[in-house]
Amino acid sequence: MSMNSVLAITPWPIVSATIWIVSLIAILYFARRTAHQAIRTASGALSNALRIASHAVSHGEARLGERNREVLLAAGREAKERIIEREFARIGETVRKDLANYPHLHRGLSEAIGRIEKDHQDAVEVPPDPPGWVRAVEAVSKLESKDGGGDVLADMHKSIVKAHKEAMEAYREAGSERHELLRAMMPRWRDVQQLLGDVNKKVESLLSRSTGIDRHMQEYEQIVRREDQALSVLSSSSLVQFFVSAMVLLVALGGAAINFSLIARPMAEMVGGTNFIGIFKTADIAALVIILVEISMGLFLMESLRITRLFPVIGALPDKLRVRMIWITFTILLLLASIEAGLAYMREVLLQDELATSALLRGGEASIENGFLWITTAAQMGMGFVLPFALVFVAIPLETFIHSLRTVVGLVGIGLLRSLALVLRVLGNGFRHLGTLTERLYDLPLFVPLWLESRGANDPHDKADASVQVQEVTS
Amino acid sequence: MKRATILAGVLLVACTQSAPVARNSGVYLLLDTSGTYRAELRKAEDVILYTLSRLEPADSFAVARIDTGSFSEKDIIAKTTFDERPSMANAQKRAFAQKVHNFIARENAAQYTDITGGLLQAVEFLNEKGTGRKTILIFSDLEQDLDKGYMRDIEVPFAGFEVVALNVVKLRQDNYDPRQYLARLEQWKGRVEKAGGHWRVVNDLDRLDRML
Repeated sequence: MSMNSVLAITPWPIVSATIWIVSLIAILYFARRTAHQAIRTASGALSNALRIASHAVSHGEARLGERNREVLLAAGREAKERIIEREFARIGETVRKDLANYPHLHRGLSEAIGRIEKDHQDAVEVPPDPPGWVRAVEAVSKLESKDGGGDVLADMHKSIVKAHKEAMEAYREAGSERHELLRAMMPRWRDVQQLLGDVNKKVESLLSRSTGIDRHMQEYEQIVRREDQALSVLSSSSLVQFFVSAMVLLVALGGAAINFSLIARPMAEMVGGTNFIGIFKTADIAALVIILVEISMGLFLMESLRITRLFPVIGALPDKLRVRMIWITFTILLLLASIEAGLAYMREVLLQDELATSALLRGGEASIENGFLWITTAAQMGMGFVLPFALVFVAIPLETFIHSLRTVVGLVGIGLLRSLALVLRVLGNGFRHLGTLTERLYDLPLFVPLWLESRGANDPHDKADASVQVQEVTS
Repeated sequence: MKRATILAGVLLVACTQSAPVARNSGVYLLLDTSGTYRAELRKAEDVILYTLSRLEPADSFAVARIDTGSFSEKDIIAKTTFDERPSMANAQKRAFAQKVHNFIARENAAQYTDITGGLLQAVEFLNEKGTGRKTILIFSDLEQDLDKGYMRDIEVPFAGFEVVALNVVKLRQDNYDPRQYLARLEQWKGRVEKAGGHWRVVNDLDRLDRML
């Protein structure tokens, strides 16, 4: 129905339009209550559905958060247990070594002290004998000189002088011996000092380790008690580990790419340069497989050495089998590295051959001798040999990456769910308000009948009806 | 276990589906040795060397001359399918280049020019090789001059082929009436495209990268 036909119900278009508008307003007015109910029901249903969805998402977020918390705490607990276990093992080793040396140390100290004591006793100064003949001298001095006292005194004087000389010599000798003994005590003092210094160092080392263990134990207890602080520390630590390990893995990826380019070209000599598996060259796949096998061997080697713990089965193997596995994986790695070195050499040979052919086809000289070619050849061979061993260490950041990935994925999931819940809640509220707005917009063209209705509502007869209408509008 | 079986199955299907696709190229180069074109053969050697440098292991390449009766294996100067090993392919390329060089050094001019016979031979050769991409290079002035008794009014099956005319030089009479030159090009183009082939002309030999 076109606009012209709509306006053609009367000969006057304005009258036709007026009739249409009045009819439309009348229809809208009479259908107002039903329309409002429909709008309210629809907006309410949408709003409720979105709010329920928001609640469900929030619930999911909470569950994911709880799971993430459990994962973090479990990982942190395991890590702390490993650290504490290692610290105790070190302390045990130190104590074992020190206790094993203790009898030797004790004997050394006792011997040194005994020798010092003996030397000390020997070095004690012996007091000179008291003069026993002083009284005799006094008695003789009281005698008359005519009774021969003077001669006696002269003889005694002689004897005393002689005895004094002898005593002085003996005293000097004894003093010299004491000095010798005291000099001999010096190195023994130093021995004792050194032994006590060693003991002090070991004790201090044990004390510092025990301080570290105390700290780790406190953190462990915090984790066990599921404290928020421990969780926060673990979470930030996990994020740092994730980014650091991702960066190291990217570096390793670069190394693997270089390794690939070293061996992909000569691999075409072995498996053909034109065979395809899917859309990939067989030579490229073969080169990739070699690199992946190297990485796998590196993983197994690290597992066997108990540096990483990605495969609990390997870690739980008996020591004899584990050592055997270490040797097997190392031998395979060595073989693969040797193969890569050979392929790197082959690559250089092929490159030179291709350059010579290209030069010939371009009409130039077949080849120009390069005296320094051996440097690039040796460098390529060296890289081919070293890179597989370097890739072994990928296992360490890979383990960290995998462990931290769980936490990071959990955190990202929590963030996404939280955002989704917020969006759903906002949408739910939005639909509710949209319903109200639609009702108002519906009433907008009906302002004339509604005004008349409100005028009529002032009439006492219609008061009851009016209150119902007002309630309906406000609701 | 179940997942591993499914994965292995998917891989097996992927491998078996992609196996029969031929990805190699086949190039057949026709050299016009007629009297009017004999002087251009030195340029042809450059084209051959360039083509050799662009071909990969497992590709096929043949160089044949256009003479009085070109629909013959005897007119093939050199042909090879390069080994899958790059080192062997390089050795083959060097040997091929030497063979072509020797031919160009001692070749005498042919009396007649049987281009259609050469094209038929090229189509037959490349179809036998079964290469994924088939290219025929015609190093000629495209002036066909048949001897008596040679029937060449036949349709050559060019479907799936790319025919590239190289160094189509102008003849003396073309200078008097350029319409002859244009008509000659148009005739060959129509003939190739009517048979389902793709036609191109590359006269600038400094831009050989557009050739293949």
